[in-house]
Amino acid sequence: MALSGLDIYKLLPKTNCKECGKPTCLAFAMALAQKKAELSQCPHVSDQAKEALGAASAPPIRLVTIGEGENKLEIGNETVLFRHEATFFHPTGLAVTLSDSLDGTALARRIEAVKALRFDRVGRSVRVEMLFVRNDSGDAGKFLAAAKAAAGSGLLVILASEDPAAMEKAARESGAKKPLLYAATPANANGMAAVAKATGCPVVAKAPPDKLVDLTAALNAAGIKDIVLDPEFRRLDECLWAQTQIRRLALRRTFRPLGYPVIAFTSSTDPARAALQAAVLMAKYAAIVVLEAVEPWACLPLITWRLNVYTDPQKPIQVEPKLYEVGAVSPDSPVLVTTNFSLTYFTVEGEVEASRVPSYIVVVNTDGTSVLTAWAAEKFTADSIAKAVRESGVESRVRKKRLVIPGGVAVLSGKLEEALPGWKICVGPREAVGIPSYLKNVWPSL
Amino acid sequence: MAIEVLTDKAAGAIATVTIGATKAEGGTRESVVTVGGETCLPFHLKEGVMPHPPVIAMEICDRAKTDWPPEIERVFGARLKDPPAWAEACEKQYGAQAICLRLLGAHSDYGNNSADDCVSTVREVLSATTVPLIIVGPGQKDKDNEIMPACSQAAKGEKCLLGSATQDNYKTLAASCLADGHSIIGESPIDINIAKQVNILISEMGLPPGRIVMDPTVGAVGYGIEYAYSIMERGRLAALGGDKMMAMPVICFVGKEAWRAKEAKVDQSEAPAWGPAMERGILWEAMTATVLLIAGADILVMRHPDAVEKVRGVIGELLGK
Ligand code: SF4
Repeated sequence: MALSGLDIYKLLPKTNCKECGKPTCLAFAMALAQKKAELSQCPHVSDQAKEALGAASAPPIRLVTIGEGENKLEIGNETVLFRHEATFFHPTGLAVTLSDSLDGTALARRIEAVKALRFDRVGRSVRVEMLFVRNDSGDAGKFLAAAKAAAGSGLLVILASEDPAAMEKAARESGAKKPLLYAATPANANGMAAVAKATGCPVVAKAPPDKLVDLTAALNAAGIKDIVLDPEFRRLDECLWAQTQIRRLALRRTFRPLGYPVIAFTSSTDPARAALQAAVLMAKYAAIVVLEAVEPWACLPLITWRLNVYTDPQKPIQVEPKLYEVGAVSPDSPVLVTTNFSLTYFTVEGEVEASRVPSYIVVVNTDGTSVLTAWAAEKFTADSIAKAVRESGVESRVRKKRLVIPGGVAVLSGKLEEALPGWKICVGPREAVGIPSYLKNVWPSL
Repeated sequence: MAIEVLTDKAAGAIATVTIGATKAEGGTRESVVTVGGETCLPFHLKEGVMPHPPVIAMEICDRAKTDWPPEIERVFGARLKDPPAWAEACEKQYGAQAICLRLLGAHSDYGNNSADDCVSTVREVLSATTVPLIIVGPGQKDKDNEIMPACSQAAKGEKCLLGSATQDNYKTLAASCLADGHSIIGESPIDINIAKQVNILISEMGLPPGRIVMDPTVGAVGYGIEYAYSIMERGRLAALGGDKMMAMPVICFVGKEAWRAKEAKVDQSEAPAWGPAMERGILWEAMTATVLLIAGADILVMRHPDAVEKVRGVIGELLGK
């Protein structure tokens, strides 16, 4: 919570010299509280006051960066409890465990498996981006070797050891760029803080909630600001509640000791169950989720859900109803028709793109509803489609007047042919997934 | 240091709806399900109660639909053409707490079944099962209004849940539910204002909150689920804030959406990087359901028994069991 005008007033010189342009220090304090003035406008403010006021204006959940350069991951700095209130800004990082007890071949194989967890979705490449290198062996040399292999993969690295000496060696010598150090605990806080300080790496504070506050305070006192929290819950119901509490305290109370992103762990060894746990953890505020699973079928839905939950809800649910061109269209390109529900449109567009057959898509205004809903509600009818086709101007741009309609509304064919003289109506696939094969195999013969 | 615990107390509770009637209650069911009653956000059990955990109903279809995903074909085989056998398997083999019968065959594109055809399917399914029944029409205005009153009458006394009433077509179904003692599903197209409007319209017909369930229209993971997720969250927050016209339990038709997703169906040979289709399809449905649970689903209508089992496990975990 931001400081009140009175809180700020207490920190000002109280001389009412008016150099800030306000008649009194109190007036200036009120303006500051309303963000209608800048602290720099008062030339007499003390350094101490500057620091106090600067800290008060910091975001309630700190932004923490893992890694460097293009692949870096930014987590935290969230501003809401529910995505409809604004949006969730920094997508949850996904990490897969890598034990340093694995022998060289197994280690390399697991790293390759994680690297393969990369998918294309609506023109974007999405992936599991981190390895959680765990010092199961208890041996600093093995830990360093595993960390080196992880760093060489191009994935981001979380180094997991509670031994500051092993951690320091791995952080300095593995070649990992700004890895996340897991973890400082009440038992090793001094040692781990020294490593974090010396290497400039972010560090996880790991302790039960009541001890976590003292731990982050100790890390702060040691000059460490980039902190991620592990409140040490592993049961899903407890994680959900703890993560909700931490987010509420940060946002509603500006409770600084817990104003950091949270790392969470799935507990199940069954990949499907772990993926479901991760989906819940992600929805309810985990900034990093650690999984054992490397199965692509388990990671694909999870990564897709991450894209969904971090989509800006302010983004319109409708696309503009007009004529769209996909690829280098020519007078021989197919013409498809669909609705202006953005999801429907982008699904169709994605499949047309995948087909590599340049096409026109006529988008009918159905008030942002999908094909079948719009059809049932009589918003996707022969008349509305015919009108959209005529107004789109596509008629003058193609030689073959063939209109491909979604298979789900095949019944409209007859009426459409009456409504659009000169056009032949072709019934396309029921689902967008069938479009590439339709455009490649059926369309040419039409 | 002791940390403050921030608990949000609800000003209102979700209404409770009971589906199914035993012999003593004038029906023939051996079990009934009750949903709703929450006084907190989903699974926020330290600040309120969820007296009735979410229910999983399994969806069956009359004989009309033929293009089932391979994974659904593999599990149910010939039963996909035999609604009573299918329903029985869902209940006895897979532990469905309720059956949802989708009368797609009444759709003019899918066989245009008559009211009599639909009634006989409803009767067959009722006699093959002992759990409560949800009946959903084809979603085509005229056909819904033709078949649903007949189905409603045929199931009189069973306290079914019938769907779906929409903003433009609610009177016939609401009148049937009122006359025959059923509850009703009010459907809205991912729009919180319309959802409320439908509830108001149905209420004005005389159905009490304890007999209305909302269908906000959901998408699958990767297919618009975030819209439904936020609409459901907003609706639940409004209800807990005291808005009685949003305080109806929510039903989500998960299976129908999840199994349409390309990612749930495409064979590994076409998408080698995605892994085996079987696990993928099951998880697609289970994850869609899980996410909707967090948003406030009270009834999940699902298709694949393995997905049902996984979601049941997650519900247990979320309840701390
Ligand atoms: S410039 Fe500073 S000291 Fe002077 S009146 Fe403004 S706030 Fe007060």
